[in-house]
Amino acid sequence: MIINHPTLGPRDAAEFVHLGDATLMNRPDWQAEDAVEQFHEYLYQRDNPAGDYRELWYHEQGDRSWLVVTRNTLTHEITDVQMARDVAMQQAKSS
Amino acid sequence: MTDNYRLPESGKVDRSKPLNFSFNGKDMVGYAGDTLASALLANGTRLVARSFKYHRPRGIFTAGSEEPNAMVQLRSGDHTEPNTRATVAELFDGLTATSQNHRGPLNFDLMAVNDLLSPFLSAGFYYKTFMWPRAFWEKVYEPIIRSAAGLGKLSGNEDPDQYDKGFLHCDLLIAGAGPAGLSAALSAARAGARVILAEEDAIIGGRLNAETHEIAGDSADVWAETARAELAAMPNVRIMTRTTVVGAFDHGIYSAVERKTDHLATSAGKPRQVLWRIYTKRAIVAGGATERAVAFKNNDRPGIMLAGSVRAYANRFGVATGDAVSILTNNDTGWDTARDLVAAGVNLAAIIDTRDMAPLHSFAGTSIIMGAAVADTNGRLALSSIKLTNGQTIKTDCLAVSGGWSPNVHLTCHQRGRPTWRDDIAGFVPGGELPVGQSVAGAANGDLSLGAALNSGHKLGNALAKELGLTPTKSQAAKAADEPSSISAFWHVAGEGRAWVDLQNDVTVKDIKQSQAEGFRSVEHLKRYTTMGMATDQGKTSNVLGLAIMAEATGKTIPETGTTIFRPPYTPVAMGTLGGRARGKDYAPTRLTTSHEWGAKNGASFTEVGNWMRAEWYAKQGEAGWRDSVDREVIATRKSVGICDVTTLGKIDIQGRDAAAFLNLVYSNPFLKVPVGRVRYGLMLREDGICYDDGTTARLAENHFVMTTTTANAVLVYRRLEFVRQCLCPNMDVHLISTTDAWAQFAVAGPNSRALLSKIVDDVDMSNEGFPFMACANVTVCGGTPARLFRISFSGELAYEVAVPARYGDSMIKALMEAGQEFDATPYGTEALSVMRIEKGHVVGNELNGTTTALNLGMGGMVSVKKDSIGSTLAKRELMIADDVVRLVGIRPVDKSMKLDAGAHFLERGADTTMDNDQGWVTSVAYSPTFGHHIGLGFVIRGHERHGDIIRAWDGVRGKDIEVEIVSPHMYDPEGGIQRG
Repeated sequence: MIINHPTLGPRDAAEFVHLGDATLMNRPDWQAEDAVEQFHEYLYQRDNPAGDYRELWYHEQGDRSWLVVTRNTLTHEITDVQMARDVAMQQAKSS
Repeated sequence: MTDNYRLPESGKVDRSKPLNFSFNGKDMVGYAGDTLASALLANGTRLVARSFKYHRPRGIFTAGSEEPNAMVQLRSGDHTEPNTRATVAELFDGLTATSQNHRGPLNFDLMAVNDLLSPFLSAGFYYKTFMWPRAFWEKVYEPIIRSAAGLGKLSGNEDPDQYDKGFLHCDLLIAGAGPAGLSAALSAARAGARVILAEEDAIIGGRLNAETHEIAGDSADVWAETARAELAAMPNVRIMTRTTVVGAFDHGIYSAVERKTDHLATSAGKPRQVLWRIYTKRAIVAGGATERAVAFKNNDRPGIMLAGSVRAYANRFGVATGDAVSILTNNDTGWDTARDLVAAGVNLAAIIDTRDMAPLHSFAGTSIIMGAAVADTNGRLALSSIKLTNGQTIKTDCLAVSGGWSPNVHLTCHQRGRPTWRDDIAGFVPGGELPVGQSVAGAANGDLSLGAALNSGHKLGNALAKELGLTPTKSQAAKAADEPSSISAFWHVAGEGRAWVDLQNDVTVKDIKQSQAEGFRSVEHLKRYTTMGMATDQGKTSNVLGLAIMAEATGKTIPETGTTIFRPPYTPVAMGTLGGRARGKDYAPTRLTTSHEWGAKNGASFTEVGNWMRAEWYAKQGEAGWRDSVDREVIATRKSVGICDVTTLGKIDIQGRDAAAFLNLVYSNPFLKVPVGRVRYGLMLREDGICYDDGTTARLAENHFVMTTTTANAVLVYRRLEFVRQCLCPNMDVHLISTTDAWAQFAVAGPNSRALLSKIVDDVDMSNEGFPFMACANVTVCGGTPARLFRISFSGELAYEVAVPARYGDSMIKALMEAGQEFDATPYGTEALSVMRIEKGHVVGNELNGTTTALNLGMGGMVSVKKDSIGSTLAKRELMIADDVVRLVGIRPVDKSMKLDAGAHFLERGADTTMDNDQGWVTSVAYSPTFGHHIGLGFVIRGHERHGDIIRAWDGVRGKDIEVEIVSPHMYDPEGGIQRG
């Protein structure tokens, strides 16, 4: 696979480490009343879509950036790649 | 009988270059340009192998990489290579080959008894027999099956050859340099595309080399050579012969195996094969088509071959495959074989065409039988005669069979492609979703005539060049006759007896019918139940035939029945090729600390920790074994001073205004208020609340921390910290960099460590008040060398760690040893380190094993509930903080002479050895020279309340059951006065 890194251009997937679902970025509030349930959902419950899937990849053999990669699980087509930090900052702003 | 089947004139072998070779010890002669198969046939050798299951005599069936039968053991000694297809092994002078898969001589195989047992060995016999008695499986059945299974043999020694990997980039990869591939390469390359043309064969031309075609009014191989020369002269073209494209992967990536030296007697230091990863913008599959057989009784005898291959042996290699050849065909290409054989002077006995129509030609002295087929054959070790469905018997020693041609759709199926059926050519063509950027040209796409292949390649080359933004030239496709070849599907001859479909895996028509009768009707079930198409040839010559027979048995059409698809690799790839240079010591990099050389000179024995080499112990003359060294190192450290290289621990530099807040999030214990100049032990949890890693983190300045991790987790912890930084707290001002390699670090431990370091460290108040336990500072050593000093202790002694820039590692260990001479300073390795940490009750990977919580480890208080940290919420789950969980304890044997073993389970005295009675387990053990007996650490249910109890350590693996006393895990200096002193 080839991941089109937002700043470094197309890179072979072998340079990356795969973590999984990008919802791992949405870490719940530890002070919520149902924090344990929320963390349980966050950690263990995953969608398994046949189609577009947002997931985290780490450019370990490169610039050590975490990326949010949108990959179609049926075709492996990658339609979007963003710096995870940018995504996280956007989320922080909008929440 | 040498080379007497060589035809006087035809063929492209170089008769001025004879080559000597041997098969099963018999010396023979071939020519440059021969394959082992063509040379064997030229020498009249028919019987070359035994079949996989029934050990039936087998001969050469094809002239290419699709060969199911003629697999031989090539070369000898450590260079031997099993299961080599003789049809693709190029002949070289001195080649040696032997047949495989038989006991006793090839012509009298003792295992041929399996053929008589065939009624018991039909489809699915693995699942039905060898079932009972159960006890027979391990002792009787499995050894028999193992010794009977497999084909060739490995040398058992290390492969002396080298293999390599390489990476290539191109606009257009073309797999196959036959007429379609060549014309595609010409049109795309003329437009300026960067083209890689990969050809499996040693020569360019593909099927053109096996036929007597004409292109542009000239012999087809003249055209192929002209095309090759034009392409070779272009700087934007790379022609790769002996290179098979074996897999189509995501995003236009292909893998290909190039056989660099397989055609030579020795590799002479060069890599034997290269595995290429090719990045492409577009790719064309121009892999041609493979001929298939017809099933009839006893259709597997040596001498029964594919008709196109018989033609190839005559046209390309100048070899007659028999004294009297017959042809069985259901399509017009069988008649091409007749025409070419007659032209080459081969005696043609008969042509049998399954189609009931007028003969296409007549040949003097050849019987022509239309509307008939072959019902049975004779000849024990080679074909001697055939019996037709009309009752007629014909004496013949070679039967050339053509059941039609199957497009080579393999590379189109490596992702989501599903081939579709075309009735007019009776074959599957590429269908469904092809890999991104891939197109198909020529016979692989069902364009089975030469003119169509040249045209489709030419057009596709131009079209793809245009897609790539290039301007195609006005050149025309080469002209050739375009005679559609008619076929009328004919699959098998009904009747009693066994008719083979998959020759390599010995699957017969009967097996397919049995599979249908027993309910395994989908093509995927059929494949797995009968093993059809699962051999090393992936059923290239047999799959379509098998599917057609299944369709007939179920009363469905072939499109309704469907087809299995193909996975990489297209042809078998040696494990050595996949490994490349990454084998043995070169599998991973070896990391050495900068004081490694000093250690090696001073008796160090090294052990691998991750990629690092760490000293286990430093042997001294006169010591009988490792225990002597380790005991001495421990005693010396505890009595005076020891020095240990701890460079390999992970080090992460953390800076920024929010560095403390960041650490407070990643460690479960508080970090906000660590004073500057102090070190704190930190415990890291996973988000699920299980302990992950631990280490010390020093605050060198307000916004500057240095974290240490365990050696094994250095990379993983860094990765996780970057995740937290970028994904969870993107607004924090914090920056990370791994400095593991930047610093050489040494632990200096023992009562004399302060005195020793006072001689090394410049201008620091080393008193207990001036530099107390858990202090840290930027210092200089040895008169100005920058260094970091930490007062931390893993051994439980008064101890320090001193770090210097990595390039000073060698000088530092020497300086420390010299300064320590008066204290008899002793270097110690990981074993002594481990003994001392067990004595002290410190945990490592044995205890931090991915299943244990802070509470289990006796560190429940280190999970702060007053703040958010990774894992702190889920660590609160009920069962993780229940009262009756296991707790870390120390143990010592009641009988002090007994040795303890890690892995033993705890049981109450007198309790039955059942899982219900399990009380915990032993994690770490060591002989303690400090206490003079074995000690250990382990987990016991409610262990913290049970100090002083006697319990059993039961070890079913080693057959031991000994009594131990539960004690505090902090066996050495439980109050910690020594390390604080």
